[in-house]
Amino acid sequence: MTEQNRLADRESVIQVTNMNKWYGDFHVLRDINLDVKQGERIVICGPSGSGKSTMIRCLNRLEEHQEGNIIVNGIELGDNVKNIEEVRKDVCMVFQHFNLFPHLTVLENLTLAPMFVLKQPKKEAEATAMKYLERVKIAEQALKYPGQLSGGQQQRVAIARSLCMNPKIMLFDEPTSALDPEMIKEVLDVMVELASEGMTMLCVTHEMGFAKKVADRVIFMDAGQIIEQNEPNEFFNNPQNDRTKLFLSQILGH
Amino acid sequence: MTTISERLMPVQSSVTKRSWRWMRDNLFSTPLNTLISLVCIYIIWNVVGGLISWAIVNASFIPGKDACAEITGACWGYVHANWRFLMFGTFPPAEYWRPFVAIMMLTGGMLLTMNRTFWTKWLPVVWIIGFIAVYYILAGGVFGLTPVRTGLWGGLTLTLVLAVVGIAFAAPLALILALGRRSEMPLVKVICVVFIEVFRGVPLISVLFMASVMFPLFLPTGVSVDVLLRAQVGIIVFQAAYLAEVFRGGMQAIPSGQYEAADSLGLTYWQKMGKIILPQALRLVIPPTMSTFISLFKDTSLVVIIGLFDLLAATRAAVNNPEWRPHYIEGYVFIALIYFCFCFFMSRYSLYLDRSLKKATSH
Repeated sequence: MTEQNRLADRESVIQVTNMNKWYGDFHVLRDINLDVKQGERIVICGPSGSGKSTMIRCLNRLEEHQEGNIIVNGIELGDNVKNIEEVRKDVCMVFQHFNLFPHLTVLENLTLAPMFVLKQPKKEAEATAMKYLERVKIAEQALKYPGQLSGGQQQRVAIARSLCMNPKIMLFDEPTSALDPEMIKEVLDVMVELASEGMTMLCVTHEMGFAKKVADRVIFMDAGQIIEQNEPNEFFNNPQNDRTKLFLSQILGH
Repeated sequence: MTTISERLMPVQSSVTKRSWRWMRDNLFSTPLNTLISLVCIYIIWNVVGGLISWAIVNASFIPGKDACAEITGACWGYVHANWRFLMFGTFPPAEYWRPFVAIMMLTGGMLLTMNRTFWTKWLPVVWIIGFIAVYYILAGGVFGLTPVRTGLWGGLTLTLVLAVVGIAFAAPLALILALGRRSEMPLVKVICVVFIEVFRGVPLISVLFMASVMFPLFLPTGVSVDVLLRAQVGIIVFQAAYLAEVFRGGMQAIPSGQYEAADSLGLTYWQKMGKIILPQALRLVIPPTMSTFISLFKDTSLVVIIGLFDLLAATRAAVNNPEWRPHYIEGYVFIALIYFCFCFFMSRYSLYLDRSLKKATSH
């Protein structure tokens, strides 16, 4: 409950009200309501196809929603391109498949957006980039190309690339799902460190150990709806909904 | 180790022995293989042997037609007598140095452009200045140069002008068309789709014909657009339509994750395209792009139907000269070699570029 108190007087940075989304006739997101406090760490889980990735991709408008409102940092996300660009400066995303730019070196991957979007001078952008590469413990690879790195290294570069934008919110879309087991830890370690520094994080993942360790809140989604949300202790030890119980028994069962 | 390697690779007469073994294993392994090999060797012997005896053994290399009276092979004196005409066409002979300078500038410019260290934002500027210079060197009228109307430009000079200007303008136009076709703005998309499909749907000959015959009908009387310019524009729009589809294919091959990563970092559309998507997409389509350039180079020979006098037309005119009529084959073989040299060079360059770019970003 101390966790709840920690966030009680914080302001909301993301407010989603009655959001609905369809792919053609398929109703992927149903009446999503979500309020994220500054510094809050949220883990979103659920069976595949439950809409959890789609939901966080709506938060930086990689997907558009058809109904309801999404307000990020006080900016309403809609068709307005300027608004979208503003939101994307503050909200960065780490992808399942890293999505590094293969034709650029690691360093160029990190400096591109700061130089073109934030208009930083090259020197400054490179200094920031090296700082974050050191933080994810990969500075010695700065001049290599992404194709020359392992999956875990690439994902750490991707996290550093996001950090270079100095984001207020970070979205993680299954950041460890495409990694070999021995590389998951190195990426999770970086994420835990980020969490301990107070970054606002929304993380779609099946790493329940990570959820128990850092999450303020765990959200369970199924069939496009938020079924249950709670702080991790309660969520794992005392799930209310039958579907949550089934899901937890499946992923924690072995 | 030494004994094994000696046994595997005998030092003595290794080349002959290995080639015998290779022939036994690959050409004469079975009776059927032996038969096929013998037939092929017979055919190759006849064709290549005939070619060599025509082009070299029985040929005459002495300038002047008289030297060819007695021989059965090629009369390369033809090339000596006609090469200026093939290079410069009907350009006034006193001014031959001007098309020569133009050819040097165009080929030199191409060679420089092939070097990746010159790929900066200044390259297009240099090219545009170069094109203006080439135009005035050929057309004259400035700095005391005698004016020469474009109808007199010809031979290899004209072929190179059409091809190089064609490539230089078709490529950017194609890029705009390809981006437009993938645009989310309906009007832009429709315009690009119609443009591409119309020009891809008709033969180049009919585009050139329309440019030369029909286009003037739409102009007000008294206004005329130079026929060379019309042909040039025809070539540009036709090849741009093809190239646009090549570029679009490249863009479609880029995984959606690249677009999403660029979007999520807040890059604008033009930053995303210019820095992320196009550098990767264009690299993917180097081979088909070069194919299009090669066919553009060769297709310039179609301008003969609207009365322009390119390399092929100049050759045809030269063989119509009664003095040299018996030796028309030499003329065509010679220009075939010129076309081949340019096209083969482009093809090798595309391989080199493809490899060197790949090597830069992989293990």
